[in-house]
Amino acid sequence: MSDFDSALKIFAQEAEQLLQDMESALLTLETDPNDGETINSLFRAMHTIKGSAGLFGFNPIVAFTHEAESVLDKVRNGEQAIDAGLISVLLDSKDHTAKLVEHCLNCPDAALPDELAATSSSLIQRLTGKSPAHTLQSTDIPSPLLSEGGGNMSLDDSWLISLDFKYDALRNGMDPLSFLRYLKTLGEIKDILTFFPDMPQDAEMNPESCYLHFKIAFNSDASKQTIEAVFEFAADDCDIKILPPNSKVNDYLQLLDALDEDHVSRLGDMLLQIGALTANDVTHALNRQARARQTDMEPVKPIGEILIEQQVVQQPVVDQALKKQEQTKQKVAAESNYIRVDAGKLGHLINLVGELVISSAAMNLIVDRHGLSDAGDVAASMNSLVNAIRDTALELRMVQIGETFSRFRRVVRDVSNELGKEIELKIYGGETELDKTVVEKINDPLTHLIRNSLDHGIESPEQRLAAGKPAQGSVQLNAYHESGHIVIQIADDGAGLDSEKIVAKAIANGLIKPDHGLSQQEIYNLIFAAGLSTKEQATNLSGRGVGMDVVKKNIEALRGSVSIASFPGEGTTISIKLPLTLAIIDGFMVGANEVRYIIPLNMVDECIEMDARECEINETEHYINLRGHALPYLRLGDYFHDPKTESAKKRESVVVVKFGQDKAGLVVDALHGEHQTVIKPLGKLFEKLKCITGATVLGDGNVALILDVQGLIETAITRRKRTAAPPA
Amino acid sequence: MSIEVKQLKKAVANLVVAGEMTIYTALEQKTVFSKCLDHNKELQIDLSAVSEIDSAGLQLLLLLKREANQRHIKLSLINHSQAVVEVFELLNLGNHFGDPIVLSANWKST
Repeated sequence: MSDFDSALKIFAQEAEQLLQDMESALLTLETDPNDGETINSLFRAMHTIKGSAGLFGFNPIVAFTHEAESVLDKVRNGEQAIDAGLISVLLDSKDHTAKLVEHCLNCPDAALPDELAATSSSLIQRLTGKSPAHTLQSTDIPSPLLSEGGGNMSLDDSWLISLDFKYDALRNGMDPLSFLRYLKTLGEIKDILTFFPDMPQDAEMNPESCYLHFKIAFNSDASKQTIEAVFEFAADDCDIKILPPNSKVNDYLQLLDALDEDHVSRLGDMLLQIGALTANDVTHALNRQARARQTDMEPVKPIGEILIEQQVVQQPVVDQALKKQEQTKQKVAAESNYIRVDAGKLGHLINLVGELVISSAAMNLIVDRHGLSDAGDVAASMNSLVNAIRDTALELRMVQIGETFSRFRRVVRDVSNELGKEIELKIYGGETELDKTVVEKINDPLTHLIRNSLDHGIESPEQRLAAGKPAQGSVQLNAYHESGHIVIQIADDGAGLDSEKIVAKAIANGLIKPDHGLSQQEIYNLIFAAGLSTKEQATNLSGRGVGMDVVKKNIEALRGSVSIASFPGEGTTISIKLPLTLAIIDGFMVGANEVRYIIPLNMVDECIEMDARECEINETEHYINLRGHALPYLRLGDYFHDPKTESAKKRESVVVVKFGQDKAGLVVDALHGEHQTVIKPLGKLFEKLKCITGATVLGDGNVALILDVQGLIETAITRRKRTAAPPA
Repeated sequence: MSIEVKQLKKAVANLVVAGEMTIYTALEQKTVFSKCLDHNKELQIDLSAVSEIDSAGLQLLLLLKREANQRHIKLSLINHSQAVVEVFELLNLGNHFGDPIVLSANWKST
């Protein structure tokens, strides 16, 4: 036992020295409270005493110094200011620690006398401002185990794993113990805490529910992925948090430094790459962020904060990753250099790529026809190259919409000054890319819509205050991608559309009859009709009733659509949906009456055989009964040709197409499958042609017409309405 | 019945658990334990014949310990079988229950 005794002696000397240092440090602080080094030495004193006391199992010292250390840690991190009051408490704490050390040395096995215990708790209360946690009772002490930085020294090399099993875990066939046994094969379980805080009283406790929670300190060289894989099967029935050992933090920091700086990656990707996180961690955090965004219950936090809250990674690692991300961003920005290219040359390139796509299709056709199997491989690889070239060429024309958006800042500023309103412009999704030609053409409609929002939408500050809204109104510009389209939203928090006024005006203009029976949505859509303005007084900005119809026309010319959502008193949101590019699309080729047509692939919902059981046609009322839903339809052959070729009853198929909320069926003779479609505009002569937007040249030299799905759906719906409506 | 209850004297009972303490037997065993908790001031649980114990069984022991503490019932677990000792070791729970565990000299080898 002499070894132990001499160790105790060293502990006593060390503690005495540290406490003396602490006293002088505290007195220095009284004159110079901002001395960072002195605060550090205070922290170290408490930390070291705690660590050494832990080695000897002097729990009263550990419990007390832990609290003092936590407070000092906060002071060190600038979260808590140090003042005369705190210094005097710390001085008392120092004296008290000395007494505790003395007590533990003299009678190590005796319980703490009441007097000392009482001083402990009163000091803890003064230190932390709250009553002492019942830390050393029973097994529920996860906090000291999981606190980083100030945690137990011996746990620095350990992974901290927390397992919170859900009630149904046992019923689902999980046995938490078996996971722990498996974990043991990967390394050494240094410490394990079992607790069950939510286990109900005897009567309510269901022995088949699982109430167990574990905190495990685990030593292993395995990677985070490997450790996580242990609990893979339990993932549905257990909240698993794996915090890398503090000693790993340095490794992570170095790995982060070594990451290449060629491109900016997302925070989650970076941490995943260095192994500090697993894909599951990132998914969980992202899901949680998405939930917060949806519910609006809590403010949306940055992903880094969520990860730290979930205790899957340490603060310093996230900080370093963010720093690295920022550095890379700057570096990339500094390095990025542009070549200015004549737009004409670019256009020419795109045209050539279009021709290349066509001739590659022609080549494939010939290879197929002659059944040249060895040429087939070459053709296939060339095909994929051509596709890659096509995508890259189109990307060359992609520009971020942000620049266009920020031009409106000035518009908003000037207009709001002119109108005497306070309006703020918020821009989201500026990095969304779309074709440059589309951007140029969308500029005018956007200007118009924004002016409308500013002028009609947002009320004057007095009106806003009276309605209980902040005096400053806001207009939001938002852009995002949605299945092959870009959506641009203009949202204001103004008064919303006044449907009564719109109806009154529309009746006065003879657009609709008094017994119109229109839905709210249809009423809102009336504002796109020519000559309708609800503004009594036209300003030089808007209100003359010309414009909205032009806006709609412009957008439709880009194969896009506009929709309105409005809530009285809350505001109006106008959404513009546009195709990403105008030059080349993925198409779906169908045939009717020996002629081929292309339907843009992203508008195709499904294809069904006509005589299939789930689909029944009603010729007289012009609808298809598709699985119990009435679907308006058009027979393409009859629509574009003379409806006389009824003779040969061929196999027919229905292609269900959708545009926004609307769906319709197109009845065709043949389905030819997907087809790369280079859109060639039709000449001036055919500009007025309904339901056809363009043409394309096929591999065999034939021409296929590209269908205007929106127009076709409208035609099908109106035809169905006409026949379905009771005779007036 | 996998638990044999012997009433040693008034309010002192000896329970011998035989066979599994698993999810399959937990419900039945819990009923017995609850009843004994209600009627005794001192409980001895003999675990010598426990052939297998899983999380559900462990939970029952944890519940028993907590209830006993709260209701000031003297609880002692005795004659831990190998299966029980293994789980207690895995979770480091020996101190929590505070009962002396007697190991046979060759328990690991069997």
